[in-house]
Amino acid sequence: MTTDTAAPVPSQPPLSPENERIIQLTRKDFVSDQEVRWCPGCGDYSILAQTQKVMPDFGYPRENIVFISGIGCSGRLPYYMNTFGFHTIHGRAPTLATGLKAARPDLMVWVITGDGDALSIGGNHVIHSMRRNVDINMIMFNNRIYGLTKGQASPTSEFGKRTKSTPMGSVDTPIIPLTIALAAEASFVARSVDTHTEHLQGTLERAGRHKGSCFVEVLQNCNIFNDGAWRDFTDRDVREDRMLVLEDGKPMIFGKDRDKGIRLRGLKPEVVTLGQDGVTEADLLVHEEAAEDPYLALMLSRMFWPDFPVPVGVLRATHRPTHDRLIEDQLAAAVARSGVGDLQDVLRGAETWTVE
Amino acid sequence: MTITRAPELPVQELERVTIRFAGDSGDGMQLTGTQFTRTAAVFGNDFSTLPDFPAEIRAPAGSLPGVSGFQISFSSSDIHTPGDQPDVLVAMNPAALKTNLGDLPPGGALIVNTDAFSQANLNKAAYASNPLTDGSLKPYTTFEIPISTLNERSLDGLEMTSKQKDLTKNFFALGIMFWLYERSMTPTIDWIDSKFGARPVVAEANKRALKAGYAFGETTEIFHTHYRVRPAHLDPGTYRNITGNEAAALGFLAASQLSGRPLFYGSYPITPASDILHQLSGYKAFGVKTFQAEDEIAAIGAAIGASYGGALGLTASSGPGIALKTEAMGLALMVELPLVVIDVQRAGPSTGMPTKNEQADLLQVMFGRNSDSPIPIVAPATPGECFDLAIEAFRLALKYMTPVAYLSDAFLATGSEPWRIPTVADLPSIAVDNAVRGEAPFRPYERDPETLARPWAVPGTAGLEHRIGGLEKADVTGNVSYDPDNHHRMQLLRAAKVAGIATDIPPLDVFGPETGELLILGWGSTYGAIRSAVERLHADGRSVAHAHLRHLNPFPANTEEVLRSYRRVLIPEINLGQLLMLVRARYLIDAVGYDRVRGKPFRIAEIVAEAERILTEATP
Repeated sequence: MTTDTAAPVPSQPPLSPENERIIQLTRKDFVSDQEVRWCPGCGDYSILAQTQKVMPDFGYPRENIVFISGIGCSGRLPYYMNTFGFHTIHGRAPTLATGLKAARPDLMVWVITGDGDALSIGGNHVIHSMRRNVDINMIMFNNRIYGLTKGQASPTSEFGKRTKSTPMGSVDTPIIPLTIALAAEASFVARSVDTHTEHLQGTLERAGRHKGSCFVEVLQNCNIFNDGAWRDFTDRDVREDRMLVLEDGKPMIFGKDRDKGIRLRGLKPEVVTLGQDGVTEADLLVHEEAAEDPYLALMLSRMFWPDFPVPVGVLRATHRPTHDRLIEDQLAAAVARSGVGDLQDVLRGAETWTVE
Repeated sequence: MTITRAPELPVQELERVTIRFAGDSGDGMQLTGTQFTRTAAVFGNDFSTLPDFPAEIRAPAGSLPGVSGFQISFSSSDIHTPGDQPDVLVAMNPAALKTNLGDLPPGGALIVNTDAFSQANLNKAAYASNPLTDGSLKPYTTFEIPISTLNERSLDGLEMTSKQKDLTKNFFALGIMFWLYERSMTPTIDWIDSKFGARPVVAEANKRALKAGYAFGETTEIFHTHYRVRPAHLDPGTYRNITGNEAAALGFLAASQLSGRPLFYGSYPITPASDILHQLSGYKAFGVKTFQAEDEIAAIGAAIGASYGGALGLTASSGPGIALKTEAMGLALMVELPLVVIDVQRAGPSTGMPTKNEQADLLQVMFGRNSDSPIPIVAPATPGECFDLAIEAFRLALKYMTPVAYLSDAFLATGSEPWRIPTVADLPSIAVDNAVRGEAPFRPYERDPETLARPWAVPGTAGLEHRIGGLEKADVTGNVSYDPDNHHRMQLLRAAKVAGIATDIPPLDVFGPETGELLILGWGSTYGAIRSAVERLHADGRSVAHAHLRHLNPFPANTEEVLRSYRRVLIPEINLGQLLMLVRARYLIDAVGYDRVRGKPFRIAEIVAEAERILTEATP
């Protein structure tokens, strides 16, 4: 992974003497005393572990970090983090995070959600928290199934998918989460995989350091209700040929032998083989996370196996003022214009009369 | 009072006058009414207003649904309502006449703009014949004035189109009323200057229209007299005019200042609550953060998030929006965070009649959540009380760590009255304690033994890292628990916490005899009509008392004792008997209801008549 050098360092509260030790915090300091209750073999364990591992890197004291979740298997994650945590209601975690971050810009706020929570019942809130550039890190666990309710089709389930609720196959076209996030103007959009631990850590690290609305899709396996949802391209023996690891400023090359690439043909991407038909590295698309226009990122968001290798990594990382900053700026501007408000003045209002 | 043609006196003294301005929603009737109100306020009358406007912003001109009205009652004595019936009706077009004439008592004064009575407008108002000529206005003292023509003539020479000139005719009508009631034009002229100062032609046109109307009253002989309503003897102090929504916004701002906590207001636009958002968004210099959310759920979600972070979380809506917020209200009570949810009630169900009044969401906020989920409910009785109960709502929310429902309604929200401006130093302080790190490990559900409130542990406090959520909590530790006995205990604790508030609120106060034949019990905006009815009954020597609940959950501790001090209890409500149901269920008292759901406040006379009926029944 490249590091996000363009991103400003997240604002940090002044360290109290007892918090100076945060520099030495380790993963263990972020493990709560609660017993983890996901099914054995669930992809969520890895996401939790990587999340705990990267937490010490941000320089935030534990008490200034808040994990907010909705409903679903993912919703349990806050209980396992030794930070402040809030397990809210279905789909609404982004709303609480928006209010919390607006009220408390000093906090680092993570939103933990799933494909049903974020894209079905909570779709509206994902869109609006992203377009407002609320400074949150939204991690969406995508297992293409409703797990906690025991196996119904989710908004990311494949068309025709047979589940308990769709015995003859789902008639719904699935949502592409990253396309939604990009269309909603998320300022940071990335994808990783539960089992690709190093890549996942790097992606979470990037999200944590980004100022603004982050949407990270983690392809996650539900070994009970949708086992092998992503295995066609994430398994160890095929992943190099079937996934495209995005690196900023680098040509889009993939394959075990690093001999495949992505080239633009007209308005469409195509897979080419280096050295064949005179194709060279210079013909390939070069990834640009901070591109002003979202076209490249939107194109990448729609590339998927088996037609294309599945892109992972940071699709887009741009910077614009955050929601909490803009609110604070207006408050400061109001004070600069007319001074700190005086309650007695506004109670009096503009027009009064006196009764003797 | 009636305007009669007979009196020789140039000026007649009146105690109280009620005027209704009615016209097309494009005719500026709300503005006209507001200007008359300001003038009455500055003059020192007591007053009460009732705006009545359609939900359509611009319904087809001249149509019946497009009629907009504004009623003001002003008086030299203490009054509580905008008046049952107008003494004077100003009808700017046939549709306004048709929809409002029914409220004008026989003999009442009717001022009509004859220019608007074209065949086309008569058709739009579904008049088969012209009421100006068919004799149907005989019962009234009618003043037929070609307002549009006279107004246009007064604007001769101004560079405006006829249509633009016509837009000022409401000020001509206002000028007539100012002359008729001996009002000064100065406050309105000042207002015109400040509003249209940048557009001198518009300012000039409005001032000319106003003065022309006034001069018309003075110089023509159409009116035989004019009237004087002396200033009222209000308690000494400095006053302003205030609507319920204005008072609510100021009250919540005050709660923030008194508690030293920033106010966070999450809201989605909805009639009739939106004005609170508009007003609070202007208080940025107080650190107030307003958030116009993507929907009702996001509005309350953000408010809960802000409360979790240590701010005063506030959200508002009306019935349909409250329906959307109910799941989040349940979350707030489960995680026991302070929150105030304003419901500016309107006529329902569903979208109902969005701009019309009703007080039918009591059971919605009382019970409208899954499981047993009690929350305190407060309800202001007058526009001015919207201020006091805003402070009270946050006092309870903070002291008891609970969401609180605040029930206003369309009548309170948009109606206005004189308000004695409080002195900040006299307002109650609101104590707030946040949890701090102690010797023992932090226990997020360890309760205050007196209030049963849990600690408010805000992020950023070292040593207090903990997790909360909608899942059932183990008593004291707050860990997730499915233990059956624990759940039973927690349900009882949550109920006991809210029930315990009964001893921390003012006792139910009685106006009138302390025991006797009949008590009229009310809540919310029916206060004015009930109090006026009881005053009228007292004047007739009737033994009737009035008690008005500001706290609806829990009821004040002495409620049962008060109710049992009377042989009969009458509960008038603008719903089909919601407080009645609560009172009967709670106390097994055979109270009777009196319900009118017409989208309008009660009339005093209706309550007087019902009380008389019961008193007659009760005395064999």
